[in-house]
Amino acid sequence: MHPVLTLVAQRLALGILLLFAASALIFVGTQILPGDVAQSILGQSATPESLANLRKELGLNEPALSRYFSWLGNALQGDLGTALTNGRDIAESLGSRLGNTMFLAGTAAVISVPLAIFLGLLAVRYKDRWPDKLISAVTLTSISIPEFLIGYVLMYFISVKLGWFSSVAMINDGMSFFEKLNAIALPVMVLVMVVLAHMMRMTRAAILNVMQSAYIETAELKGLSGFQVIAKHAFPNAISPIVNVVMLNLAYLVVGVVVVEVVFVYPGMGQYLVDHVSKRDVPVVQACGLIFAAVYIGLNMLADIISILANPRLRHPK
Amino acid sequence: MSETLLKVRGLKIGATVFPPGEKPHDITIVHGVSFDLAPGKVLGLIGESGAGKSTIGLAAMGYGRGGVKITGGEVFVNGRDILKGGIKGLRELRGAEVTYVAQSAAAAFNPAKKLMEQVTEAAISHGKFSKSDAEKRAVALFAKLGLPDPENIGERYPHQVSGGQLQRVMTALALCPEPDLVVFDEPTTALDVTTQIDVLAAIKEAIRDTGVAALYITHDLAVVAQVSDHIMVLRGGNTVEYGDTDQIINAPVDDYTRALVTVRSIDHEEKSPSDNPVLQVKNITARYKGTNFDVLSDINVELHAGQTLAVVGESGSGKSTLARVITGLLPPSHGSIEFGGHTLTPDLPNRPMEDLRELQMIYQMADVAMNPRQTVGTIIGRPLELYFGLRGEEKRKRIRELLEEIEMGDGFVDRYPAELSGGQKQRVCIARCLAAKPKLIICDEVTSALDPLVADGILKLLLDLQKIEDVSYLFITHDLATVRAIADSIAVMYQGRVVRYGPKSEVLAPPFDDYTDLLLSSVPEMELGWLEKVISSRKMESAGN
Repeated sequence: MHPVLTLVAQRLALGILLLFAASALIFVGTQILPGDVAQSILGQSATPESLANLRKELGLNEPALSRYFSWLGNALQGDLGTALTNGRDIAESLGSRLGNTMFLAGTAAVISVPLAIFLGLLAVRYKDRWPDKLISAVTLTSISIPEFLIGYVLMYFISVKLGWFSSVAMINDGMSFFEKLNAIALPVMVLVMVVLAHMMRMTRAAILNVMQSAYIETAELKGLSGFQVIAKHAFPNAISPIVNVVMLNLAYLVVGVVVVEVVFVYPGMGQYLVDHVSKRDVPVVQACGLIFAAVYIGLNMLADIISILANPRLRHPK
Repeated sequence: MSETLLKVRGLKIGATVFPPGEKPHDITIVHGVSFDLAPGKVLGLIGESGAGKSTIGLAAMGYGRGGVKITGGEVFVNGRDILKGGIKGLRELRGAEVTYVAQSAAAAFNPAKKLMEQVTEAAISHGKFSKSDAEKRAVALFAKLGLPDPENIGERYPHQVSGGQLQRVMTALALCPEPDLVVFDEPTTALDVTTQIDVLAAIKEAIRDTGVAALYITHDLAVVAQVSDHIMVLRGGNTVEYGDTDQIINAPVDDYTRALVTVRSIDHEEKSPSDNPVLQVKNITARYKGTNFDVLSDINVELHAGQTLAVVGESGSGKSTLARVITGLLPPSHGSIEFGGHTLTPDLPNRPMEDLRELQMIYQMADVAMNPRQTVGTIIGRPLELYFGLRGEEKRKRIRELLEEIEMGDGFVDRYPAELSGGQKQRVCIARCLAAKPKLIICDEVTSALDPLVADGILKLLLDLQKIEDVSYLFITHDLATVRAIADSIAVMYQGRVVRYGPKSEVLAPPFDDYTDLLLSSVPEMELGWLEKVISSRKMESAGN
């Protein structure tokens, strides 16, 4: 077998193992939360008999280990259980919301990743001159302000004062693609501003590191232009660290949009999670946790695999 | 075309330095150097590190490494002052009229791109050739430079070819755009001596056949004597001597040039083996974890008290691995090591303190072998505390004695490694070893990173100390001149085996085995026409077989 395939297979196996570990942590975490699910459903006035009945019905009297495995077994088959609060199938309610979150995160990613890399390259090209300093200052400012504040500020100026986009990012299935894009314009802007700085700075640092190499001097002594040297000779060797930070930010886009979704009343995973955490709806919290963990681990695994594939020594062994 | 291709007049080059604890200030690296180069001729620039030779070579392309700037003078290429054309003019010049061959091809190639793409890039981007013509030209150059499988080698990545091959590909890269001038910056210095001779011959032939002019930069006078028409000797950014190759080699006028020509003047009388071996390496076989071949197979050597055993070989021959086995860093899979009358524990962590004290080591890179945040006094004092429990005045006295022994005054006690020259750093490392009063010092390429004259001083010091302290050296090196200078006995290693072993006088006298013969005949000699002589005698031999 090609050594790269072995390495990739190892990463995949490790990712799956990690996902199992994460599922166990999520389960344990929700178990040690104070309070009792039956109590919180029925309220303070519940009788001991009705509490006991509900506990039995929910399977809360089973040992934790067997509950974990039955939960995990069901989750693997796509059955995430039913929400305690409204009795609806979790997988079904999550499905459309996950789609919405992915749409929002995906749009933000499609804009922010190329933009961050381009700004990073630009900053390297004009290192220590005004474009570099301007890019650094602006991105650093945007990452330093909490995203809910950016959200409200944008809402005030762009939507209230200028009236360009809607301040509430409500979307539904009846809308066309462009109507949807129009609706999510503001939250996308906020997300882009939040993730841009991190990726741009890493691109800049990774490429500057590569720029010290002897082969960059070779390229300069071939008479190539500054941007050719950076894009053709430095960037291909800086892919690995850049991909890693890009993936971390993509994961953040999916997992960390909770606050932004709430600010813009966007019907995504974040809203759904926040709603049910406040109602102590354990199966929903577990299901959301599992999906977030899968996204996180999946994207980081992808970063590892891309790093392996980007390394010519691994791709073309002697 | 004008008569002179490259005309340099009063070239001054400066840089900003940032010394520790001082304000950054400007210094001058090259103080007004002038020379001419006619089309098709080769000028050798020679000098020790810091002489400014690479800086001058790069200035011919209008390039300054790091913070280096050309501060004065004129550089004409084909009659045009390249320093007045701005960056745009320089980009038109670089990679088209003047090209560059770097010292370490392994670092100078982009690891992410195929060789062919890199070799043809300059020719294509300057519009000198179409892509297919450039590739055809590259294949022809690969063939001329003696690369295996010239049709397909361009499809490989840099890590897939050997160091010697990569250096030839780099030469092809430089010649591909049909330049008027190639700057060769120590192109064979990083290669093994047996590889160097072939690459040198290939470069010389390529220069002759393409009629390109060259600046050949090196610290090795014997190498430059083989390829250049003229030689300029540089020291501290000044021209020391500039003339015909023949004159510089055979009739040097300046004292410094004379010292370079006659370097390695050490005369060391070989001592006969005593009946008191300090070190006996017995049937040692070793391999690295996770590999399935032996890096050392069945090594047997002996070293006597107060003597020097030189272990010579090329990179990958296993000579440094042998040092790792003796020091216990790599426990052998087979065999044993007798040291001072008893068997050494194979692995380092279990060795008694006394064995650790008696077996010391000096490394090639003196600057990374010392803690940059400790003073010389602390560095030398540490083994005194560790092994002998010396404190206070007693320790200070011993440090002063040791500094005396390495011919550095006690003014150095409070200096930091960064404030020392390369040779001084290596001397401090030697003093640190001596502080432990060892029976055996393993010297791993201790002079390889030093300039010849400085290296000579270190070797003299080591020999003097051997007389005083009665210490034995296991001297690992790839440099046969060093071996001749200090060894009592020699072990020649090749592919993990000792192929020749015995007293110096026997090992270096014929009849030779094939490998030792190749090794000895590959060492460049300070003699015009040496390269042609060796190459043609090798061709005759292989024809005869």
